[in-house]
Amino acid sequence: MFISIYSPAPVVWHLQMAQTERRDAPGLPDFFQLKRLARDQLIFLLEELPGKKDLFIDADLMSPLDRIANVTILKQHEVDKLYKVELKPIVSGSDQLCFLIRPRIKTVKWISDLVNSDKTAGRFRRYKIIFTPQKFYAYVTTDEWNFYILPLDDDILSLELPEFFRDTFLEGDQRWMTTGGGALHLLQSVYGSFSKVYGIGRCAKMVYESWRELTEEGEQRTRQPEFAKVFLIDRDVDYVTPLCSQVVYEGLVDDIFRIKCGSVEFGPDVTSSDKSIKVMLTSQDQVFSEIRNEHFSNVFGFLSQKAKNLQTAYDKRRGMDIQQMKAFVADELKGLKQEHRLLSLHIGASESIMKKKTKQDFQELLKTEHSLLEGFETRESIAYIEEHINRQVSMIDSLRLLCLLSITENGLLSKDYRSLKAQYLQSYGMDHLLTFANLRQLGLLEEQQTGETLTVMESKVGKLVNDKTVGKLTDAFSSLAKKSNFRALSKRLALVPKYGEEYDLRVPRDMAYIFSGAYVPLSCKLIEQVLERDGWTGLEEVTRMLNGQEFAVTGL
Amino acid sequence: MSRAKPEDDEYWNSSKYRAFTFEDDDDEFSRLKESKRAVNSMLVDDDEDDVEDVERVSWSGEPVESISWSVKETASSIRSGSEQGFPRIDTTPSLSKQGSGYSLSSLFKAFSESSVRAYAPELRRPRSDGKDFVSDLSLDETIRRMQKGRGFSLEKFRSLQDKLLLLDKAVSAHDGNVITAVLIYLKRSLSKEILFRELMSREVALRHYIHFLKETGEQKLLMDLLKALGRTEDMALMQYKEHLNIKDEGRRKDFLKSCLSDVRLCVLSLPFSQDDAAHVQDHYTLLERQIIIEEYDKKAVTDVFKKFPRKASILNMPIITTLYYSCFYHYGELEGTFSSPSNIRKTFRISEKQYILTALGARAKLRSWSDVDSLFNTKNWLGYTKKRSPIAFHRVVDILQKNSAPVQVLQDYVNLIDDPELKLSVALKYKCHDVIINTYRDLKDRQLLVSYRDKLEQDSPEYRKIQELLSNGQVRWKN
Repeated sequence: MFISIYSPAPVVWHLQMAQTERRDAPGLPDFFQLKRLARDQLIFLLEELPGKKDLFIDADLMSPLDRIANVTILKQHEVDKLYKVELKPIVSGSDQLCFLIRPRIKTVKWISDLVNSDKTAGRFRRYKIIFTPQKFYAYVTTDEWNFYILPLDDDILSLELPEFFRDTFLEGDQRWMTTGGGALHLLQSVYGSFSKVYGIGRCAKMVYESWRELTEEGEQRTRQPEFAKVFLIDRDVDYVTPLCSQVVYEGLVDDIFRIKCGSVEFGPDVTSSDKSIKVMLTSQDQVFSEIRNEHFSNVFGFLSQKAKNLQTAYDKRRGMDIQQMKAFVADELKGLKQEHRLLSLHIGASESIMKKKTKQDFQELLKTEHSLLEGFETRESIAYIEEHINRQVSMIDSLRLLCLLSITENGLLSKDYRSLKAQYLQSYGMDHLLTFANLRQLGLLEEQQTGETLTVMESKVGKLVNDKTVGKLTDAFSSLAKKSNFRALSKRLALVPKYGEEYDLRVPRDMAYIFSGAYVPLSCKLIEQVLERDGWTGLEEVTRMLNGQEFAVTGL
Repeated sequence: MSRAKPEDDEYWNSSKYRAFTFEDDDDEFSRLKESKRAVNSMLVDDDEDDVEDVERVSWSGEPVESISWSVKETASSIRSGSEQGFPRIDTTPSLSKQGSGYSLSSLFKAFSESSVRAYAPELRRPRSDGKDFVSDLSLDETIRRMQKGRGFSLEKFRSLQDKLLLLDKAVSAHDGNVITAVLIYLKRSLSKEILFRELMSREVALRHYIHFLKETGEQKLLMDLLKALGRTEDMALMQYKEHLNIKDEGRRKDFLKSCLSDVRLCVLSLPFSQDDAAHVQDHYTLLERQIIIEEYDKKAVTDVFKKFPRKASILNMPIITTLYYSCFYHYGELEGTFSSPSNIRKTFRISEKQYILTALGARAKLRSWSDVDSLFNTKNWLGYTKKRSPIAFHRVVDILQKNSAPVQVLQDYVNLIDDPELKLSVALKYKCHDVIINTYRDLKDRQLLVSYRDKLEQDSPEYRKIQELLSNGQVRWKN
């Protein structure tokens, strides 16, 4: 059994459950404690500003906050009105303002402007800023609400930090490394220590270091661990997986409706009524929990069967006497109705997914993805991508395919890069010059570098700095010369099942089923291999192709 | 375009990918549709319905009064001018509220002693933050205190060497917040030339500094830094990015122009890469055109504008959208006109394939089938007209069909598909009876014809056509 901690894009952490090496075995720890802890700390902070106050909340904090507290709790702690932070002048009559925000410069600037304008107007108010999950730039006098981890489901924990990826991998800013360390430290404090930590990637290493420091400062603990193992992987170790279209139910729901903070909003076409409904997608939803990981092709059959069973269960009422009916209403009816509602929603969602996917030639898109993964008929894939761009179909899909092409082929040939980029800009707007620059910086979409270009670069940069410091530039160079090595990795780890083999999606034989049998997710394969070997021994070739930075540590 | 070569199809259909396709003729899909009808028609008699449950049950199963929902509500009530907040509940101090379980004393009791101790000290954040402030701390201790968010002072790091040691120490602590905090101090206390020089050899610190300047919007300083680093391409892009903040089109256009020939930038050789310079030039030209076209079309009263009123302005649309617009509203204008498709095509070096795709879409949308035909017509030296296309004809058929072209038009293009199997499958998909019947006839396949006839309505022209064929003694059927 795995627990994955993720933040909507960044480092993915997998925690394997405690006690045994058996993967199917033990129960999960109760993550409700994390929510309670977060809620209690929030209340503590609110009480530090006694009396009636208005609370301003960052927009992207509201959904996570909803999972922790509710309006009654806030009101109990004398929150009068709630506002969304909109970076505009405010209308509040309160004498006390409390701000619950992410550490972002523009938000802090807005608050200071606000305070200043109050001052100018001769208005006296008390203010309190609470940063979450932590304050920034070593501020001293502000508060932190250490809301590191949000349990999204029985077995999924999330940092819910959308900017993590951009800040870390694009801007090279390490401000979230300590957040990662803090989150792990929190888990350890509540659930006991871990027997083993594995990781790969620069950020994984930094997060580990930060966590280790926190642990060393803390007290020695003797509690029996509830988790056995931690696995830290940098997102950039495996870009291929998130670039592929998922074809399991949950993946498609996310693709079409966007799952945010563990919940999804189904529109009128799904609900068969005139209103939208927001639904939590967790293992508490019995229908969803049974189909979430199924390949989409199995979902229809399952739902049809469920519908029949439901009808049968309802039909039982016929011919019941009063007593039986009473018992039926008391014991079964509520459950059946709940199931009925869920079933109707998921059937509606499946239908809507099917309609949209048929319309956008999904089958051909999948075919192209699979060809790229196999490295087979690349020219035709390029022609497909080009036409996709020419027809101005989904901007994101076009970009996704371009990135997949670049990573599987170790960069695009110069003429392809220039021509595809030019056509992309023509179809979707010149502003995307900036998108291309960013993707290039990330190594997601690159032009193949000829040996010559690299030498020129090297001598150019070399001139700028003296010899002593050249060593420190190795990082910069390695990122220039960094190759994804996907083809070799795929061969070495058998990520793409052999052509022509039968693949029965109803009885999946490996992780490839989530991509219709076309590809085993690299990151998952790595975890499997490392756990099997209890370390990285024997995977030296693989780690070298992944730019190293791997580690395995016992007992923290 | 030969994506659908027969062997290709065979591969995809015969191997592992057969299992499922996202095509709506799937049997299971129709089963699903039935289930939907069934489920939605199941009636439940008593209606104390609790539909709301689904919307407002939290992860833990407790009912939740959604905060995000309340915020929306609050915001709207403000807009309406009402000053009513949440109903005030009792004002007794919350600590005395027994049963709520939130009092501070009970805060940590829920957890076993051991699990709490390590975490609790952070919860009880020392009130003495300011008091335990010590001014004479070692380098290590200073960094450690910064990491913990405790009081610290950087003022004692006065010499350049001390400052750089401080920076390097911050970098080795892997805490981005501490690195930036130190950088803020260095920014304040060092001349920019010295700071830039030192940052050049410190990649990690440099990236933090750049990110900080981006976030605080110190564009001028950022440009100076990039210039000092010789990163002219980044500099040009950073400058270009500014256009996004300019709302007025005229000023935006002028700004783009300045990006191409900025005096400051021109000091360096070619700030943009060659390709990007061409793109920015295109961006400028495009906006310039759009402004002119918009000026005229706002007031345009010709038929096509009356029949299909514009839904939005053309300003800031991509090149291809502009071309589509021009093929829609300005088709047939002379090349000399800015708004004519041929002028746009030429100015922005649009490929033939791209041009045809776009024009096809626009003309088909207007149901102007003769224009569609002439897009593909070419005359050979004998004067015969022949249809040629840089796009596969089955794709042309798709586009026509999406614009609800009549069967007669579709049929002409289906007939142009080279590959017989593909032609047949496209014909079947769009019910082009003539093509289907002729194909079966040419195959001399009587059985297929008979079974196709049985799917048709009796007495329809295609039904009669099959009947005639079947009773024609001349054909030598193979079955």
